[in-house]
Amino acid sequence: MKKEPKQLSVSAIQNGTVIDHIPAKNLFKVIQILGLDRIDHQITFGTNLESKKLGKKAIIKISEKFFADDDINRIALVAPDAKLNIIKDYEVIEKKVVEVPDSIVGIAKCMNPKCITNFEHVTTRFRVVSKKVVALKCHYCEKITGEDNLQII
Amino acid sequence: MFLLSRKPMNTRSLVSIDDFSSEEIIKILDMAEDFEKQPVRKLLDGKVIATLFFEPSTRTRLSFESAINRLGGKIVGFTDSSSSSVTKGETLHDTIKMVSSYSDLIVMRHPIEGSARFASEVASVPVINAGDGANQHPTQTLLDLYSIRKTQGTLENLNIFMVGDLKYGRTVHSLMMAMSRWNATFNFISPEELKMPDEFKLYLENQGLKYYEHTDFTEIISRADIIYMTRVQKERFSDPIEYEKVKNVYVLRNSMLGNTKPNMKILHPLPRVNEINIDVDTSPKAYYFEQALNGVFTRQAILCNLLGINTGRA
Repeated sequence: MKKEPKQLSVSAIQNGTVIDHIPAKNLFKVIQILGLDRIDHQITFGTNLESKKLGKKAIIKISEKFFADDDINRIALVAPDAKLNIIKDYEVIEKKVVEVPDSIVGIAKCMNPKCITNFEHVTTRFRVVSKKVVALKCHYCEKITGEDNLQII
Repeated sequence: MFLLSRKPMNTRSLVSIDDFSSEEIIKILDMAEDFEKQPVRKLLDGKVIATLFFEPSTRTRLSFESAINRLGGKIVGFTDSSSSSVTKGETLHDTIKMVSSYSDLIVMRHPIEGSARFASEVASVPVINAGDGANQHPTQTLLDLYSIRKTQGTLENLNIFMVGDLKYGRTVHSLMMAMSRWNATFNFISPEELKMPDEFKLYLENQGLKYYEHTDFTEIISRADIIYMTRVQKERFSDPIEYEKVKNVYVLRNSMLGNTKPNMKILHPLPRVNEINIDVDTSPKAYYFEQALNGVFTRQAILCNLLGINTGRA
């Protein structure tokens, strides 16, 4: 009997969004920011894939899910080079890039343990002082939270 | 999550020195000059000022209370959080909400950084930050600026020496940021472990301002217009031997003042421990006690400015 060749099921999606060029080390942060661990859609992801630009990259494919720009820009903090492919009937109908916003509200945690936001119920607010290597200045304690210390709430 | 209260459009707080433009700073210094000439004026008659000191303070609190008393205002508040409802577990949010309905303005010192900004967003009255942890202490900066302008006749193009703990000292950071508006040149003198943080040096570079770093200042002291001394604290050193090595390098003595400029003045935010030898106190170049007195006039000006009180100056 002839066997069907085995095939990985992380193949193309019919409808949905593909997020490519995520730095491999930040894949789980992206999942957390977009709340992908709490939705019912079919999701496949690959990580530690070869990338000329990033070294190791990750990719996420989400079936039947389309994001608003404001939502997707939230991942710019941890995946500034991410590219989105919007898929309809297996075809890429639109490509998008993410943009680091000028201010960040309620996503990141201030790294300063003495900051008021780590003591009381205060929504964190940051001004983005550097976009290439992300650096956030806390609206309250005025300390800088850098990419390496970035924690997503 | 708390919703921030609505407040009148004209409510203005002083949380960080950056909240004020250069013009507004000059206006406050001009008002302070008037208060120095005539300190007792009943401009706060009928006003209640809350002074909330969640951690102990001597100079700042007393000079605020002195400023309020000389203006005829009344004071409510506490000098230590153990005598407030904080010990019962009340949040800062609730304390500020409550106090802003009892008073016309809140002066607050709090050990947590960013607490003053948060309080200013919660309060329905102006908030003056009298120190929020290691973050900001803008009234100190304004009184430093007042002292510099008064002794030098200008804020422009001065050579400012900052000596001691430049890493953790919030007063030197705020003063440096403020003086950078008036084309100052900076000389930073500190032990390796307590150097001015890179972010501040980068700030000066971006502004195109000159700064120099040294570990000793006996050779260069003759260039200074202002020497701003701070305390080098033993507990800042990871290695106590390092502290022992440098502890006497950052002590100013009268014998070092021989070649200094005639206009040079020595400032210190106080309290002093041993970084300015007491033999300097009698030098005409010692200015730190007058500087502390200037704090009263400056705070009178800040109180009136934030309350929108007409002091008679156009």
